[in-house]
Amino acid sequence: MNSDRAISICLQGCSKTFLDGTRALEPLNLEIVAGETLVLLGPSGCGKTTTLRMIAGLEHPDAGGTVLFDGEDVTALGIEERNIGMVFQSYALFPNMTVAENVAYGLRIQKMRKPQMQERVREMLAMMRIEALAERRIDQISGGQRQRVALARALAVRPRALLLDEPLTALDAQLRDVLRVEISQLLHDLKMTTVYVTHDQAEAMALGDRIMVMSHGRVEQLGAPREIYHQPASAFVAGFVGSMNRLRGRVGTDGFDCAGGRLSWHTPGVEEILFRPEDVRIVEAPVADLTGRVTASVFLGERTQLLVDVGDAAPLVVFADARKAHRVGETLHMQVDPCGLLTL
Amino acid sequence: MIGMLVPAAAFFAVFFILPMFRLFLVGGSGASGWAAYMAIVTDHSYFSSLLATFGVALITTLASLLIGSIVGVFLQRHRFPGRRALVALITLPMAFPGVVVGFMVIMLAGRQGLISQLSMALGGGRVVFAYSLVGLFLGYLYFSLPRTILTVMAATEKLDPKLEEAARSLGAGPWHIVRDVILPGLKPALISAGAICFATAIGAFGTAFTLATRINVLPMVIYTEFTLSANIAMAAALSFVLGALTWTVLALARSAAGNTVAAAA
Repeated sequence: MNSDRAISICLQGCSKTFLDGTRALEPLNLEIVAGETLVLLGPSGCGKTTTLRMIAGLEHPDAGGTVLFDGEDVTALGIEERNIGMVFQSYALFPNMTVAENVAYGLRIQKMRKPQMQERVREMLAMMRIEALAERRIDQISGGQRQRVALARALAVRPRALLLDEPLTALDAQLRDVLRVEISQLLHDLKMTTVYVTHDQAEAMALGDRIMVMSHGRVEQLGAPREIYHQPASAFVAGFVGSMNRLRGRVGTDGFDCAGGRLSWHTPGVEEILFRPEDVRIVEAPVADLTGRVTASVFLGERTQLLVDVGDAAPLVVFADARKAHRVGETLHMQVDPCGLLTL
Repeated sequence: MIGMLVPAAAFFAVFFILPMFRLFLVGGSGASGWAAYMAIVTDHSYFSSLLATFGVALITTLASLLIGSIVGVFLQRHRFPGRRALVALITLPMAFPGVVVGFMVIMLAGRQGLISQLSMALGGGRVVFAYSLVGLFLGYLYFSLPRTILTVMAATEKLDPKLEEAARSLGAGPWHIVRDVILPGLKPALISAGAICFATAIGAFGTAFTLATRINVLPMVIYTEFTLSANIAMAAALSFVLGALTWTVLALARSAAGNTVAAAA
């Protein structure tokens, strides 16, 4: 639909200090490529929403910061002049209007002619598969349907970019998974420049062409989902995205000596090694790298998650076959895939 | 279950049905019989006082809603030094009885009032409007505004700021937002504040009594019929009609508010 008019978005030296003096965002330089989906990921208070609101024009950067859309300086423009589509966590649908009137709202503001407007509304409702709800009031539809209406309303005005602020957070887990797939397909089809804010790493992985991980108003890492997951740039990223095991130790002649055994790592000068639970295999004693004692066993359906104490400060997280029961107190022998070993 | 209805039914009978019924009967017991009820339409002076009463109540309500909405939204949305003190002061007029409010209007716009003295000093002649419907309107407005402002402030606080942001993202300017987001959001509060305003203005006696040398609002007419003319039947008939009409207006307002509440839920 909008592939020919996707824009690039550029933030230059954008920081944000609130009136009470708190620094929400350290100076940020960011280049969002035309047509990509960038996910801003981080815990609450990390500055991701502030960044999104600055791109939207709902917040203005501190003096010196510049926001560019396709090279054009829009820093001074408010959100109503930036022609962007915005979707909120709380949906923010107009309760005094029907579904169709909500979708038509932006077009009505533009004074679009009625036949054209009805045609566009029909098209949007069809795209989100909510034609049957057109005449419903907002309080008569479910949360998932509301978020579809919110997307249809934001896209109806053919915005230059789409901004989504935790759009799935208010939904229950199952619906979230369904809508995540739908939004992923939608974004792929639209090829519109999209900025998506979330604190859910699974959502970030599924939707982002690139992910920007943030913490305390700073960028921790910016990269493709695989990069973020497999080559975390900092301890924060390693801990925030997925589960990560850490073992302290030192490099000896036969490998990395640590509590519970020895890992096959030979590059010297390393004091801590990280690896993900899925790179740990449960094996027989003779081929084991690590040995420890099971301290907790949680059955998750598709697998069993074990906590294994090897003698380091924090227990290791290990995934075991769901059909095999591991008892607390049992001794466990583990092998770690050498490809999965990471250092910071 | 039915047993539990007895207290409610007794209360309803004692406080509502019996007095109303008695009033209604007394209204028809005079020299002219049931025609007393028609007099409010057929008698020119009664009818004009009915119109004046509803007219001044309606204008008071509209003015109170208009000013109250603007002031209420402003006070809720802006933080400035002295705001808390100002909000606390707003409730002051609610503490005064109608007689005192009437007295204040006289001091403002009476023969020796502030406005009169000012216009004399400026050579514009004596300006006096305390004893007219304008004076009554001012008194009612002074009394009604605080409640309206407070109701609007409470309702404004509950408005979802994200709705305004969403409207802005779709290109809406300030007037669009007032029309499409703020007013619909405030509508239930405005209807209930307006209804109270209207009912208060219709029945306010103290203010009218203080100012009323040249005003014949219905509560004053009822008082005159009752005390000076000893026409108890006419007073009862006028009272009943005044009550019934006011109740009808409030019922209409309530059903309108009910509809919007359902739409906003």
